[in-house]
Amino acid sequence: MVTSIMLEIKGLSCGYGKRVVLHGVSFQIKRGEFVGIIGPNGSGKTTLLRAINGLLPLTKGTILLEGRETHQIARRSLAQKVAVVTQSPEAAPPFSVEEFVLLGRIPHWGRFQLLETEGDLTIAEQAMVLTGIASLQKRRMGELSGGERQLAFLARALAQQPQLLLLDEPTAHLDIGHQVQIMDLLRQLNREQSLTIAVVLHDLTLAGLYCDRLILLSEGRLHRLGPPQAVLREEVIEEVYRTVVAVVATPLQAKTAIVPVPGGE
Amino acid sequence: MGLNSKSLWLGWTLFLAILLVIVCLFSLGVGAVHIPLQKVLVLLTRGRGTPGYTILFAIRLPRIILGLAVGGGLAIAGVVLQGMFRNPLVEPYTLGISGGAALGVAVNIVAGGPAGLGLFSLPVSGFLGALGIISLVYILGMRGGTVTLARLLLIGVMVSFIASALIMLIMAMTRTEDLHGIIFWIMGSLEEPDTSLIRAMLFISLGGLIVALFFSVDLNAFSLGEEEAFHLGVPVERIKKILFLLASFLTGCCVSLTGIIGFVGLVIPHLMRLLVGGDHRILLVTSFLAGAIFLILCDTLARVVIAPLELPVGVITGLVGGSIFIYALSRKGASF
Repeated sequence: MVTSIMLEIKGLSCGYGKRVVLHGVSFQIKRGEFVGIIGPNGSGKTTLLRAINGLLPLTKGTILLEGRETHQIARRSLAQKVAVVTQSPEAAPPFSVEEFVLLGRIPHWGRFQLLETEGDLTIAEQAMVLTGIASLQKRRMGELSGGERQLAFLARALAQQPQLLLLDEPTAHLDIGHQVQIMDLLRQLNREQSLTIAVVLHDLTLAGLYCDRLILLSEGRLHRLGPPQAVLREEVIEEVYRTVVAVVATPLQAKTAIVPVPGGE
Repeated sequence: MGLNSKSLWLGWTLFLAILLVIVCLFSLGVGAVHIPLQKVLVLLTRGRGTPGYTILFAIRLPRIILGLAVGGGLAIAGVVLQGMFRNPLVEPYTLGISGGAALGVAVNIVAGGPAGLGLFSLPVSGFLGALGIISLVYILGMRGGTVTLARLLLIGVMVSFIASALIMLIMAMTRTEDLHGIIFWIMGSLEEPDTSLIRAMLFISLGGLIVALFFSVDLNAFSLGEEEAFHLGVPVERIKKILFLLASFLTGCCVSLTGIIGFVGLVIPHLMRLLVGGDHRILLVTSFLAGAIFLILCDTLARVVIAPLELPVGVITGLVGGSIFIYALSRKGASF
């Protein structure tokens, strides 16, 4: 059964032990959509990603991936469909870039498979070419700059050949050039390979520029959901983020930028 | 990992395998009675019935095989534990396994062990002690169905301390002749009179290598962190339990046969990581071979340094292993 709904979340509550972080969140993501998840620190964005990928037990509600409950899907099969780019950890993995990207093929391996196939090598190669890090493949992960490392994480996720790609602040700590590089790449993947993308972003302007729809979380609840121009409004942001901003027009067609107002005057 | 690293893997494996054979032949020749290499080879092929043959096959070969099995087994346990804990200081003994085994043996020597086991009495009580401690650490380390690795490690270290305290308590209240037995056992020795136990250990050790190899891809994922491994489709909780039990079982078997032989499980995985890199598929194989080589060499040293007397092999592994390790670290300035 092919459904146009990639991900459906119904009445989701979950958290860490007794501390409930998300309270009854519901929304849908359609196949081929590019969705941004925004909200203040601690509003539950990362928790939401973790719940979607099965890392956290659900207190209430269901998460359906292509109509099947994710908690019923075996880990390995889930990782064949959903890839996650987490906020890159500090410690560098003890691998070369190529070895690291090849780890993305693991979900597709048999239980007793120990060696990668020609197909795995080709797919990893393609992922590195697509992310522009093919020339770095023999370098150690520890030698990469922040931007290069983020691209390697993205390449690994692409090597999983997922249908849904989840990213947690992929542009954090990157300069504006690398930020745009990553976001352009995501848009290209979304448009050309119709990869469904859900990305947690702190930069509201970037979120508005690239995403089809935005999910705004506030204190663990869904505050607002819709196209950027409906979510990124001065009064909405001021209420949720408790700060004064100005939403200003940019020379780009129908795109706005969110500018903080110093001192809130 | 293209062709280059595959042939590199093959190269390292072959090199270490050949080295292992050479070390075995060398170790066969060395001892209180020196037998030159040509004579070893002659005796191996057609020396049945001669005194030289008896020395080689009844005395030296079993020790070498036990050294191979225990050295390899401890190294595998070390790779597995360091890989899953992502902590370079973890080794089989950090988790209290040796403490438990030593406690079991000390109790056996002082109070008498399970009856009617004869030669097997000490190994069995050592194994029971190790098993008891592992279960204790594991149960205490679990929380709400999941194993927290940091917690497991801390509890292992603490249980280890408690076990050593209890051993000292037992030793303080023991008669001198028993005391010697406990001390000698704790210091570790590859002398094991029963060949069927040696054979069993060899199978366990090789079996451990094969089982661990099938989890080497999971271990590679683990080296990115538990959450990343989870996102790559590794059933993290289940794999952690299996690997912990595997490492504990291997160590428990080794310790119950040979006593406490430190440093193999700590140093060998480190050195191999410096040589072949962080991929567990090759790391496990080379560590097994290198652990075997290292322990056989150390045991040979222990036999000849103050011959005809013998040093406890644990002393040699500690001295040699520690020095090599510090040298390797300071030379490469390498990190984990």
